[in-house]
Amino acid sequence: MPLELLEAGVPEGEEKEFLWTLNFGPQHPATHTTLRLILTLDGETVVKAVPEIGYLHSGFEKLGEDLDYNQYVTVVDRMNYISPFYNEIAWHHTVEKLMGLELTPRCKYLRTLLGELSRISDHLLCVGAAALDLGALTAFLYGFYQRELLYDIFETASGQRFHMSYTRVGGLAFDVDERFLRQVRDFIKGFPKAHADIVRLLNRNRIFIDRTRGVGVLSKEDAINMSATGPIARASGVVRDLRKDEPYLAYKDFDFKVVCANEGDCFARYLVRMDEMMESLKIAHQAIENLPAGPVNVDGDSKAVLPDQTAIYHSIESLIQHFELVMLNRRWTTPHEEVYGAVEAPNGELGFYVVADGSGVPYRARTRPPSYLHFQLFPYLIVGHQLSDVVAVLGSLNIIAAELDR
Amino acid sequence: MSEPAYEAKLKERFGADGFTTSQFRDNRRVVVKPDRLYAFLECLKGECSFDMLAELTAVDYLNYPDARDRFGVVYVLLNTKTGERVFVKTYLNEPELTLPSAFPLWKGADWLEREVYDMYGIVFDGHPDLRRILMPEEFTSYPLRKDYPLRGRGERHNFPVITRAES
Repeated sequence: MPLELLEAGVPEGEEKEFLWTLNFGPQHPATHTTLRLILTLDGETVVKAVPEIGYLHSGFEKLGEDLDYNQYVTVVDRMNYISPFYNEIAWHHTVEKLMGLELTPRCKYLRTLLGELSRISDHLLCVGAAALDLGALTAFLYGFYQRELLYDIFETASGQRFHMSYTRVGGLAFDVDERFLRQVRDFIKGFPKAHADIVRLLNRNRIFIDRTRGVGVLSKEDAINMSATGPIARASGVVRDLRKDEPYLAYKDFDFKVVCANEGDCFARYLVRMDEMMESLKIAHQAIENLPAGPVNVDGDSKAVLPDQTAIYHSIESLIQHFELVMLNRRWTTPHEEVYGAVEAPNGELGFYVVADGSGVPYRARTRPPSYLHFQLFPYLIVGHQLSDVVAVLGSLNIIAAELDR
Repeated sequence: MSEPAYEAKLKERFGADGFTTSQFRDNRRVVVKPDRLYAFLECLKGECSFDMLAELTAVDYLNYPDARDRFGVVYVLLNTKTGERVFVKTYLNEPELTLPSAFPLWKGADWLEREVYDMYGIVFDGHPDLRRILMPEEFTSYPLRKDYPLRGRGERHNFPVITRAES
């Protein structure tokens, strides 16, 4: 059915006869996930591209209206599954803003640390997969080895490699241990070398540069007008990073730079991501070396956090508190308000718009997914380029279909 | 909290009773009537230089305690130079579920408006290509409305089955 709609946008007249339609996806190795493009081509030049999405739509937002503030974190994890922890940060950042909770310093540092590690993991995948699509397999493998180490760290922290579900309202599920700290320190020590390897493989690689430089150029005006955020906007010269502009968690305490470029092409986006990884590593290094002591959860008097397991068995107050939060008709009391909270996720501004009606379940849990707004740039970026550039542009946008469709 | 500069401009242009403001945490809201929405957005974009539409979403207030209107539509505007945000909100009631499209002002509104249309059935007048984006074209209801059940209305069972021989 959508093919009929395509007809409307194709130029009229005799020219039309030379155009042909190519269905790209929804299952194609270079789309990485399920997204579909209907390309109209003149020879090998793309005249028009119509993205068709929704293949992975599973009603996360509807589900968010049924699960409570802690339960929904497991669903949030599955949006951008490349860096799940950042989704958790975003979700609980908004919920805590709604409830007016101020986190403990240790929790802030740990969330920042794990968030930056997941940013590295996200950028490694994006850079690796973008290079893989252009034929450079090695960088992808180097990147994945580092991601494997990161998964080990996440597993040590939370018990889950992939979908950590580690944050809770007002803190974390549990504190980290010595082994975690050791693993993070080892990673911080070893990562610069792996990063330098990828840089050596790609930065001056003739084929990679020819395929990406000048391809899919996004101007600064368009980036702002079309709601681009994150590395994509920064590669076009938009100097905006929510970590600096609207500091949340512990970002105020750390010394790091916002990486920007002016070209706005695929190569600039690649360079921004590569340099951002080193900045993230810098933040992670500062966070681990200055990790404050103390509890990871806010004070029990706030009635927002689940008490410690031993406390539940040994004190009546904690037992009551535990019951209050797990019983379906009790849970949290929230203000009759709505709030939007946004964080700088690896892909861009990830926001949640939460409407609370006083109960422990959000009335509305809207996600502002960066991938969704970035994918709508695609038809504008690809027009006039070759068919083989489709994968280069797609790879540089880092579209995660699970986040795109939710 | 002191009044932001854009609010003074809006007052000057539309009069003090043209809109109401409220604040929760750092979210500063401007509530306007749907028929004047476009003029407000235009003024905010042009004179107050809110150059990015960061977010556009809707809320169905069907079961919300003390709610008077059925739908609320929220525009989150961002000034990329100063980092200032403003939340423009408008309320809609059936059967008049039509708003002017913000696409002429921000191209980023394209898919955001399509999603709101898809999920709530709110029509954006002047949108270049308003059709369903996440749900299939033949879907008949609006899934994020509060009167739509969590488990659906049996649409999944009625999806057409295409066998390999037919395809």
